[in-house]
Amino acid sequence: MTAPLLSVRDVHVSFGGVRAADGVDVEVRQGEVLAIIGPNGSGKTTFINLCTGYVKPHAGSIHLEGRDITRNTPRQITKLGIARAFQIPQLFTEHRVIDNLMLAVAARQGFWQVLAPLDQPAHRQRATALLEMVGLQDQAESDVATLPEGIRKLTDIALALALEPRLLLLDEPTAGVSSGEKFPLMDRLMNVLRSQGVTAVFVEHDMDLVRRYADRVIVWNQGKVVADGPPDEVMNDPAVLRDVVGVI
Amino acid sequence: MRIALLLALAALFVAFPLAFPWLAFVFTLVISKGFAALGVAVLLRAGLISIGHALFYSLGAYTVAYLSRGAGVTDLILQLAGAVAVSSLVGLIIGLFMVRYRGIFFAMLNLAVSMVFFTLLSKLYALTGGTDGVRIGTPTLFGTTIERDTLESILLYGGLVLAFGVGYLVHRYLKSPMGEALPAVETNEIRLEYLGIAVPRVLLAAYVASAGLAGLGGAMYGLLVGHVSPELAYWTISGQLVLVAVLGGIGGVVGPFVGAFFLEIIRSFAVIYFDNIWNLIIGAGLLIVIFFLPRGLYGLIERATQRGPRR
Ligand SMILES: Nc1ncnc2c1ncn2[C@@H]1O[C@H](COP(=O)(O)OP(=O)(O)OP(=O)(O)O)[C@@H](O)[C@H]1O
Ligand SMILES: [Mg+2]
Repeated sequence: MTAPLLSVRDVHVSFGGVRAADGVDVEVRQGEVLAIIGPNGSGKTTFINLCTGYVKPHAGSIHLEGRDITRNTPRQITKLGIARAFQIPQLFTEHRVIDNLMLAVAARQGFWQVLAPLDQPAHRQRATALLEMVGLQDQAESDVATLPEGIRKLTDIALALALEPRLLLLDEPTAGVSSGEKFPLMDRLMNVLRSQGVTAVFVEHDMDLVRRYADRVIVWNQGKVVADGPPDEVMNDPAVLRDVVGVI
Repeated sequence: MRIALLLALAALFVAFPLAFPWLAFVFTLVISKGFAALGVAVLLRAGLISIGHALFYSLGAYTVAYLSRGAGVTDLILQLAGAVAVSSLVGLIIGLFMVRYRGIFFAMLNLAVSMVFFTLLSKLYALTGGTDGVRIGTPTLFGTTIERDTLESILLYGGLVLAFGVGYLVHRYLKSPMGEALPAVETNEIRLEYLGIAVPRVLLAAYVASAGLAGLGGAMYGLLVGHVSPELAYWTISGQLVLVAVLGGIGGVVGPFVGAFFLEIIRSFAVIYFDNIWNLIIGAGLLIVIFFLPRGLYGLIERATQRGPRR
């Protein structure tokens, strides 16, 4: 077996009295699609915050391909190849959709240019291609501030894709996306990820999506990983059904 | 359309002083303040209000004074270049510290540092001439001495050309990734970091540029007036620069110059005709802009000159 891409060992973090990560051990393997499920407030977003340096653990360590990133900042970790999409879209609301994407593309392709325009053909082409990946080609010129939640969510995902990460962390990618659009979106997304060999972790509440797209599932409850394995196995486990799937 | 509008504004700047020579001084002052307000506007793009840019404005003027008296550099162009270099360098040093702060802290720290500078200017008599300030002699240009009158023309017309050149560069900068990142710092700093963009570096570049612009404006001011005193570093000047930037419009490069024009013209006429209420007029103008003209006076001019599609 190859060494894990990301390995999280015995990580602890709490906010006040709430244990959001209570001795978490997770390994993310090269090339897999890993789903995270669990009830509200169980620590799924915190896990992503930990992996990207936004929240620092009180104890434990996080390694990316053997390199210790426990104390690194989100920017450093981004530079190392981990990108993240947010549960609540994090966008530049004074810009249009295409400008948001072009900023991300520029961040990837060479940002420190003082006199070359952001809106140059290379940036625009790539940004447009990214919008097509998430089905937003018609929204390119829209102002972000006026967009409905679902569209902002997709824009947020496209921003993460723009970075061409090795590991992509998606926090409830289909929340806010209309039910008819969920499967087509995930189909497109998975095609992109598989064709580029991107490893992905996605937090998801929709069990049908998890069954369809995940190679492996880990189940979160009260800051702990309570189950870990292939979807059909984990999601038929009576304890998981009772404590987690039942309450989602 | 926009180019035509700019050329019209430039023509106005050339034509009026020919008809009314006293306007040459006022218009040069407009350009000088316009540069400094443009510097303030660059930071405003990132949502950062500096109430301390009089530091760089006065630093530009004092640098010219020092170059001509202390260092024997009399050439006008070298003096301007020196002022920009010194103020940018000081901007870099102060900026390293400032870019860690946001909102009210950024505003107040800039104010505090500029007031320290103001005090130093007043107290360090041997270096700065104290509260009396220092005289700035008429410079030379390419080795030839020039008359005071000629200097005024050079500053006006040269300043106009410079405003177009520097304005164009700043325009390019604001449209570049680094420039477009400025409003993004205000709307979502976290996401910028998550794109791998170092926000402090984005802000430091903006701070250095804004300090350089203010220094350029201050150098022009010093040359025009022929004298500089600590008053130029006082916080009211800083406040005025913010006012001018907001009044004119911070979205683009032209706004701050329009704001400076509005301020200086009103002041010139108001001082003559209704001495006591010119502050009132400026204040009312600012309120109108804040409530009704989000893109400032320049936004208004632009809209007025843009025709809707005809059927
Ligand atoms: N920055 C923070 N400050 C204080 N408490 C926090 C913080 N982040 C998370 N928490 C708390 O930690 C717990 C886990 O939160 P987290 O957001 O990770 O849950 P989640 O599994 O993502 O939930 P959801 O399904 O609602 O998104 C919650 O009780 C939450 O209130
Ligand atoms: Mg969450």
